[in-house]
Amino acid sequence: MLEKALRGSRGYWTWIIFLLAVVLIGFSFYLRQLDDGLGITGMSRDVSWGLYIAQFTFLVGVAASAVMLIMPYYLHDYKAFGKITVLGEFLAVSAVIMCILFIFVDLGQPSRVMNVILYPSPGSILFWDMVVLSGYLLINIVTGWVILSCDQKEIPPPAWVKPLIYLSIPWAISIHTVTAFIYAGLPGRTFWLTAIMAPRFLASAFASGPALLILFCLIMKKCTGFDAGRSAIQTLARIAAYALAASIFFVMVELFTVFYSGIPEHEEPFRYLFAGLDGHNNLVVWMWASAALAAGALAALIYPRARQNEAILAVACVAVFISLWIEKGLGLVVTGFIPSPLVAVTEYFPTGPEIAITLGIWAGGLLILTMLYQIFLAVRLEKQGQ
Amino acid sequence: MTTSRREFLKIAGASALTLITFPVFPVGAKENVRIPGQDFTSAKPLTARRWAMAIDTSKCSKDCTDCIVACHAIHNVPDFGNPKDEVKWIWQEPFAAVFPDNQHAYSGQAIQKMRLPVLCNHCANPSCVRVCPTQATFKRPDGIVMMDYHRCIGCRLCMAGCPYGARSMNFHDPRPFIAKINPDFPTRTKGVVEKCNFCQERLAKGLLPACVLACKEKALVFGDLEDPLSDIRSLLKERFNLRRKAHLGTRPQIYYIV
Repeated sequence: MLEKALRGSRGYWTWIIFLLAVVLIGFSFYLRQLDDGLGITGMSRDVSWGLYIAQFTFLVGVAASAVMLIMPYYLHDYKAFGKITVLGEFLAVSAVIMCILFIFVDLGQPSRVMNVILYPSPGSILFWDMVVLSGYLLINIVTGWVILSCDQKEIPPPAWVKPLIYLSIPWAISIHTVTAFIYAGLPGRTFWLTAIMAPRFLASAFASGPALLILFCLIMKKCTGFDAGRSAIQTLARIAAYALAASIFFVMVELFTVFYSGIPEHEEPFRYLFAGLDGHNNLVVWMWASAALAAGALAALIYPRARQNEAILAVACVAVFISLWIEKGLGLVVTGFIPSPLVAVTEYFPTGPEIAITLGIWAGGLLILTMLYQIFLAVRLEKQGQ
Repeated sequence: MTTSRREFLKIAGASALTLITFPVFPVGAKENVRIPGQDFTSAKPLTARRWAMAIDTSKCSKDCTDCIVACHAIHNVPDFGNPKDEVKWIWQEPFAAVFPDNQHAYSGQAIQKMRLPVLCNHCANPSCVRVCPTQATFKRPDGIVMMDYHRCIGCRLCMAGCPYGARSMNFHDPRPFIAKINPDFPTRTKGVVEKCNFCQERLAKGLLPACVLACKEKALVFGDLEDPLSDIRSLLKERFNLRRKAHLGTRPQIYYIV
């Protein structure tokens, strides 16, 4: 089945070569980082995590969102998703691989990464994150691949796949919960120190992931002739709408507690995000853009006439994705360090090499995803043709 | 160039002979050969059930950097020359930064202008130890929170976990940025986190921490908190003192006498 990824149109190969080029550029900058150290990034003593860890956090959400296809289909027998559950699983596979790569490039001593396994530390949330992420990767590779190859052979999937699929449901919740716990359990970082962190992560994940899947379905419909089906796409849109509403609600809940209680330590990071602190306002424009995009997207997604128009739906999904990427892939991690434990406000600016490495990993993930989807399309279109 | 077997054996034999006849280090120069970490002294190691430090802020002058200079020289702390990549084990901060909860507009000039030394708090309940995924940072039975620079993977979760900003990352190779390398203490590699170690290498040799000895005003008092007769215990009993962010439950072991 793997060989199907090597057969494609001219457009497919152009896209593959473009992604490979971005990967190679990123890789060459990574070699420089390996040589010079993390000093070539914008991270500092005060803001010690940046773009890498933020992308990791965002992508864990994208990975977890596969459950929004699995659960309706396997638990509620929602048939319309039958055609596309594999798309969700393959998206999870590529997203988890990107997560692992983002953690890896963030390490100061990557050659020692195996120490996490050699000296297992069950008290560390990062240890558990490694456990749940690698488990989730394995589950999704196996289930996605087995189901697709059984489809190809037109035989029912083997019985042992079902329990694995059921297991993937709580497992998806676990990867994003554990990732939230990395942040929400640190005593001195008041911005992250909130029980709403895990629910917020899950809600935003279940909005951004389905939004991305809708976009992929619409692109495939236009470019390849594979149609996920109107009802599948509309249901995904409704899921994204509910999840986005929950995500916005959770942020509001947090804002209430922070500003009504008036505790300065809790207020300051939010002031930095939305108004600027001590004259530092790097993220203010971004955060307001994120808020506006989320509000606009929510309006479009809950109004049925707008949602049913696929052009408007596509724009809304792009807005959801960008809005939540800004929230998690930009604002969430950096602001945890502002102000610093010694009440200094240090701005963070990602450097050119850092952005190149980040784009390289995104391109790598898209490359894996494109090839997996190409295999999926080959199998599905073959059957359609028969 | 090709070497015949015969020539090779000749050179090899001659080299072996040289090694046998001449010792690598001439006997007269023996005192100059120092093996790092093997600097034995006859003194008994200093031990405690819980090491802690009290800082008498009234004795600490804001223009004095003796403790900082001594510590950073002994521990090969690099100076990268910019605040972004800065590595520091002990340094000074204004009162308002050290005790943000205890400052207000009406405190006197003395408090407002005060600059206090800050360092790792060697917490009894250290969050950095809890979060480390490799146990590269760990707490000894005597309370010292230490780093294994060979095990650290540089994930910096401890830096996020420390509520005191006591930890620094080596964003570059530190060795070219050390003014004068002290052979008795290891230098670090790029990509690992480091911080104050309460001079455990000196305690093992029976010496007090470098900062404590460097302070001419005797503002830093180091001792065993579990020993009711220790200086630090009587000081903490008699004088009002504060700990940084004690409400976080980390149980910091640096006590500021104000």
